[in-house]
Amino acid sequence: MIVALREGRAVLNRLPLAARIAALVLALFLLAALAAPWLSPLDPARQTLLARLRPPGFTTAAGVTYWLGTDDLGRDLYARLLHGARLSIAIAVLSVVLSCVVGTAVGMAAAWFRGVTEIVLMRLVDIMMSIPAILLAVLSVAVLGPGLLNLVIVLGLTRWPRYARVAYGQTLQSATLPYVKAAELAGVRAPRLLLRHILPNIAGPLLVVVTAEFGLMILFEAGLSFLGLGIQPPDPSWGSILSVGRNYLERAWWMTAFPGACLFMLVLSVNVLGDALRDHLDPRAQGR
Amino acid sequence: MTRYILYRLLQAVIATLGVLTIVFVVMRLAGDPTLLLAPDNASREQIEALRVALGFDRPLHVQYFAYVGDLLRLNLGESVVQRAPAIDILMLRLPYTVSLALAALTVAIGIGVPVGVIMAVRPDHWLARLLGALTLAGQSMPTFLSGILMIMVFAVTLGWLPSSGADSASGIVMPAIALGALSMATFARMARIAVLDELSKDYVRACRARGLSIWTAVFRHVLRNAALPLVSVAALEIGNLLAGSIIVENVFAWPGVGQLALQAIQSRDFLLVQAIVLFISVTYVATSLAADLVYAWIDPRIVLARS
Repeated sequence: MIVALREGRAVLNRLPLAARIAALVLALFLLAALAAPWLSPLDPARQTLLARLRPPGFTTAAGVTYWLGTDDLGRDLYARLLHGARLSIAIAVLSVVLSCVVGTAVGMAAAWFRGVTEIVLMRLVDIMMSIPAILLAVLSVAVLGPGLLNLVIVLGLTRWPRYARVAYGQTLQSATLPYVKAAELAGVRAPRLLLRHILPNIAGPLLVVVTAEFGLMILFEAGLSFLGLGIQPPDPSWGSILSVGRNYLERAWWMTAFPGACLFMLVLSVNVLGDALRDHLDPRAQGR
Repeated sequence: MTRYILYRLLQAVIATLGVLTIVFVVMRLAGDPTLLLAPDNASREQIEALRVALGFDRPLHVQYFAYVGDLLRLNLGESVVQRAPAIDILMLRLPYTVSLALAALTVAIGIGVPVGVIMAVRPDHWLARLLGALTLAGQSMPTFLSGILMIMVFAVTLGWLPSSGADSASGIVMPAIALGALSMATFARMARIAVLDELSKDYVRACRARGLSIWTAVFRHVLRNAALPLVSVAALEIGNLLAGSIIVENVFAWPGVGQLALQAIQSRDFLLVQAIVLFISVTYVATSLAADLVYAWIDPRIVLARS
């Protein structure tokens, strides 16, 4: 663990300044999401109908200050943004883990066993990739019904093919390397060989996909919640706050501006970090 | 060439069948699809009657073959809510979505490609860096957010453009930009890579040796060669734009297929939803097939490399 942290720091130090700032922003968001209950003194679901659509910095007679204003039901926007970050990030992390595990397993199995397994699995990947993911997600959520667990399952199971493609290509390459052949000849069995010897070797390219997909998952969740198909009220989500906020554009700009800025900054920092990571892991593609 | 066309056609047929199967499975993820289609207040007898009427009481494989058979005859089923064939409802909305997708594609190519070319030719110029940062920002901005921001500025504050609807021709401007902004980054990246690949070739060095400026070489020779890979990118992006319309159309109240899809979900009109998903996915398969064939026709090396 400590070694991994030290290595991570070494990688971070070699990244360009923009990427380091992005990593910092991302870390702040993660921290805010984890510490949401302690950072926000107010309950994100408590409605105060007498304090609807109050501007940022408004203080009530009772001495409660709404730092980022209130929404159409008089709920504290600051608390809702923090708790929204918690939900968004949790969903994104879980669905990325799910799709990465499924996709990597499929890709590695296809590349290792070849033959019929390869044909069937990679054909399935092609087919999955020919349905636009947002459409498949909308249909599945509509059928299964919204909710946190369903969102994770749907997002995870619509986005695994990209990992499968990368894992497949990388495993094919690794399988010809002498150390893999040596391990195979020494009698190491397939599961152990794939997990202990090949997986660490292909983790870099997979990590690049993970970063890109993490940003996409945040966008997908926000998009589905915006359409009313994601996180359901009264639970807060940046997407659903925005979708209500657009009805109050003229009267309450803060309902749109703050969740929008959060969403944009989080996804931008993930994308900047992802680009830098890709350059770092594959110097030949510098800046591509 | 014929072998390549046949091979690619077979691939497309398999992909289409696969798409049909996945949608069939997804519709049954929650168990009995009758419950999705029945109105909320339906009695047990009514649900049972609906199940028989729609054929959901038959064994799964019978249902599957009936479903594929219907689709092959272009029968996409009937909207339970509007009591009209789903294909007719879809066709009424389709022109709006197609024009929006084409306008968005124009925005994406019109801005993305020049940006990519500048980034490839003069990577250290301040303009290239700025444009690169802007495309990355565009990629990080969800369409509904850029849409709302544009409504805030151009419709609410400045009053230049209508905030929603398709009543006037200028109504397409904002949805097209919001939708196109997402693909812009893809085009910029692909154009940059394509131009970079060309710039390292001998003929460019020969042009430079003859005294042509880098931009003359790019405009006269490089762009033509770099355009090829962009054809297939454009085809794939059309599918993404059609799918992305589900969010953009709902932000701008654009009366296309995306708005129809959300309305159908809200009124639990699942056969219509299924029809929309099938239609867009099959269009996606068809455009990528068409792009590959055009690509192979323009550049015969593709066929040689793959066969």
